[in-house]
Amino acid sequence: MTSTSTRDLVSQPYKYGFVTDIETDKIEKGLSEEVVRLISSKKDEPEFLLNFRLKAFRHWLTLEEPDWAALGYEAIDYQNIIYYAAPKQQAKKASLDEVDPKLLETFEKLGIPLSEQKRLSNVAVDAVFDSVSIATTYREKLAEHGVVFCSFTEAVKDHPELIERYLGSVVSSNDNYFAALNSAVFSDGSFVFIPKGVECPMELSTYFRINSGDTGQFERTLIVAEEGASVSYLEGCTAPMFDTNQLHAAVVELVVLDDASIKYSTVQNWYAGDENGVGGIYNFVTKRGQCRGARSRISWTQVETGSAITWKYPSCVLQGADSVGEFYSVALTNNCQQADTGTKMIHIGPRTRSTIVSKGISAGRSSNSYRGLVQIGPKAKGARNYSQCDSMLIGDQAAANTYPYIRSQQPQAAIEHEASTCRISEDQLFYLQSRGIGFEEAVSMMVSGFCRDVFNQLPMEFAAEADKLLALKLEGSVG
Amino acid sequence: MIRPDAELLLDITDLHASVEDQPILKGVNLQVRSGEIHAVMGRNGSGKSTLSKVLAGHPAYRVTSGTVLYRGVNLFELEAEERARLGVFLGFQYPVEIPGVSNLEFLRVATNARRLKRNLEELDTFDFEDHVQERLKVVQMDPAFLERSVNEGFSGGEKKRNEILQMALLEPVVAILDETDSGLDIDALRIVAGGVNQLANADNATLLITHYQRLLDEITPDYVHVMASGRILRTGGRELALELEQTGYDWVDKELAAQGVA
Repeated sequence: MTSTSTRDLVSQPYKYGFVTDIETDKIEKGLSEEVVRLISSKKDEPEFLLNFRLKAFRHWLTLEEPDWAALGYEAIDYQNIIYYAAPKQQAKKASLDEVDPKLLETFEKLGIPLSEQKRLSNVAVDAVFDSVSIATTYREKLAEHGVVFCSFTEAVKDHPELIERYLGSVVSSNDNYFAALNSAVFSDGSFVFIPKGVECPMELSTYFRINSGDTGQFERTLIVAEEGASVSYLEGCTAPMFDTNQLHAAVVELVVLDDASIKYSTVQNWYAGDENGVGGIYNFVTKRGQCRGARSRISWTQVETGSAITWKYPSCVLQGADSVGEFYSVALTNNCQQADTGTKMIHIGPRTRSTIVSKGISAGRSSNSYRGLVQIGPKAKGARNYSQCDSMLIGDQAAANTYPYIRSQQPQAAIEHEASTCRISEDQLFYLQSRGIGFEEAVSMMVSGFCRDVFNQLPMEFAAEADKLLALKLEGSVG
Repeated sequence: MIRPDAELLLDITDLHASVEDQPILKGVNLQVRSGEIHAVMGRNGSGKSTLSKVLAGHPAYRVTSGTVLYRGVNLFELEAEERARLGVFLGFQYPVEIPGVSNLEFLRVATNARRLKRNLEELDTFDFEDHVQERLKVVQMDPAFLERSVNEGFSGGEKKRNEILQMALLEPVVAILDETDSGLDIDALRIVAGGVNQLANADNATLLITHYQRLLDEITPDYVHVMASGRILRTGGRELALELEQTGYDWVDKELAAQGVA
C-alpha cells in the first residue's frame, strides 16, 4: 500500500456505516414475558422452544449484569431496546430472485454478493439482517453431501429434533446474564450440521448486519459435527454508524463428537463509535464449544477490531480423551474502544491439549484486556496447555492488561504461560522509514508481523482481509 | 576518486542541530561530490553520529540552523522515507530488531519504494527472490537470513552485513555508514568493507563515519575529516587518518582550547 492510498483511507474511517432504508416489522421497544411470547409466535415456534425462552427469561430476571470485566460503560436500559426487527418481506424465499433487491444490494455493498453470478465461489454464505436470515447460498450443493446449513429459524422448522437435542446443551439458558437474555429473545442465526464422516466441501460463513438504530441483535449459532466430520466456519459483522449504542448479545454453541473438528473464525468489525467514544456496538457474546468425543478438535480464531465494548471469551470444554482446543486471537482497540476478551480451556478428559495465542493491540485511549482461564480437572491426566499473551501498545495513552487464571487439580499436567508487552519504538519506525517505507505502512508492517501467528490460522481468503482491516483501523493512531 | 566534472551531491552549510534542546552540531560545513569517499572521524560525542541521523531525518534530532542541499534539493523539506527513496542511505551503527516482520518482505518493500522513485518496475515476490540472491553475494550472506525477522537474533556482524545488503539493494546515491566497523572481527570487517568497495562507483558517494583507522585500511578515502565539538575541525587526505592513528586526538583538545571552544 502506498502512502497516498493510506491517506485516502483516513478520510473514510468506517466504510460500512451506511443505513439501508427498508420497511421493517418491529416489536415495540421493551422486554417482558409478552415480548418473548410474541417473538416465539411470530416465528411460529414449537412448544419446546417457547418453554426454553420462557425459562431463560424468568431466570434472567433474577440475575444482575456482571461487572467483573475491566470495562466501563453507562448502564444499559433493557427497556429501551427493540428486540425484534425484520425486513418486511414474505417468509423465507425459495430463491434469491424473490429477496428484496435492496437487501441484496446492501450485502453486495458490504462485499458479500449473494446472487448466483457473483457469489464467492468456494464459500457458502448465510446473510443475517437485523433479526432474520435473508438468504443462504449453496444450500443444494451442501445438501448433496448431507450438510445442513441454514438459518436458525428454518432449522427449527425442518430439523426440530436436532435443535431440541443440541440447543442449550453447551451454553445453558442460565449460563450467564447475557446468555440468558439471548436465550429468551434470540431471533435468528445459523445452524450447521455435518453428518458422520463428512468433510464439509466448502467454507461456511455467516454475515451479520445490524441495520436498525435501536435494535439489539441476538443471534444464535449452533454447529454440530458428528463422528469424523469436519467444517471450517467464518462469521463477519458490520453495523451502521449511529451516535447511540446498540446491544449485540449472541450465543454460539459448538458440539464435536469423536474425531470431528470445527474451525470457527470471526472477523468482527462492528461500528466502534467515533474518536470520542460516542456510539458503537456493545458486544456481549458467549461462545463455547464442547469436544464431546475422543480426539475431537475445536479451533477458535478471532480478529476483533470493532465494537465500543467487547466482552467475549470463546471457550473449549475438552471432555473427550485426547481432544484439542485452540484459541487464536487478535484484538485491536483504538480511540475509546474497550475490550475484555480471552478464552476458557476446561480440561476434563485425559491427555487433552490446548493452545492459546492472544495478541492485543491498544492504540489511542483504548483499553485492551486479555482474560483467560486454564482449568485442569482431576481426571485430565497428562493434559497440556500452552498460552502466549502478547500486548502491543501504540502511543502513550492506551492500556493493556492480562488476567490469566490457572487452576489445576491434576498433578500430571503441564501448563505453560508466556506473556509480553511491547511498544512500537521510534527507532524501529525510523529504521523502516530510512529504507523508504512510509510511516503508516511501517506501522502496519509491524502490527501485521505481531499478529502473524494468528493470521496464519485464518482461512486464506480472509487472512489478507484481516491484514487490511487492521491497517485501516490504525489509520492516524500513531504519531 | 576525485574528478573535476563530478556532481555536487551533498552540500552542507553551517549546520546546527540539537537533541532534547542540547546543541550537538555547531556549524558543520561539508561538500560531497559523486565518485568520492569521505571519512568522518572523531571521538565519542564529537557529533559524528548525530550528523548521520540528521541527514537521514531521525525525528529526535532538531535542525536549528543551516542548510543541506541534496542534489540541489533542500533535504529538510523531505520526510525520512522520501530521502531514502531519492537515494540517501544510512547504514546504522546499531540496527534495530523488528520481530515478526520478515526480512525478505522488508527488503522487497524497501527496494520497490526506491525503484518506484527511479521509474523502475516493481519486483514481485519471485523476481525479487532472484534479485536478492544476486546481491547476497556482495556481503557473502547466507540466504537463511532472508527467512528470519528483520535483524532478530542476528549477531553484530550479521546485522552489519544485512545493512550492506540493504545498501546493495537500494543502490543509494549517497551512502552514510555510521560506525559500520564497530563490533566486527577482522574477517567480517573485510567482507563488509569489500561490499562497500564493490558498491562505490563514479556516480555515487560514500560517507564513512568511524572511530578507527582500521576500516580505512580496507576502504581508501579521498578525504578525511576530523570532527570535534560539533564541527569539522580539520580536513585532509588519507594521511590525516594515519596521523591520527599515531598521535591520537590530543591535539584536538589543544586546537579547540586555542579557539576557545572546549
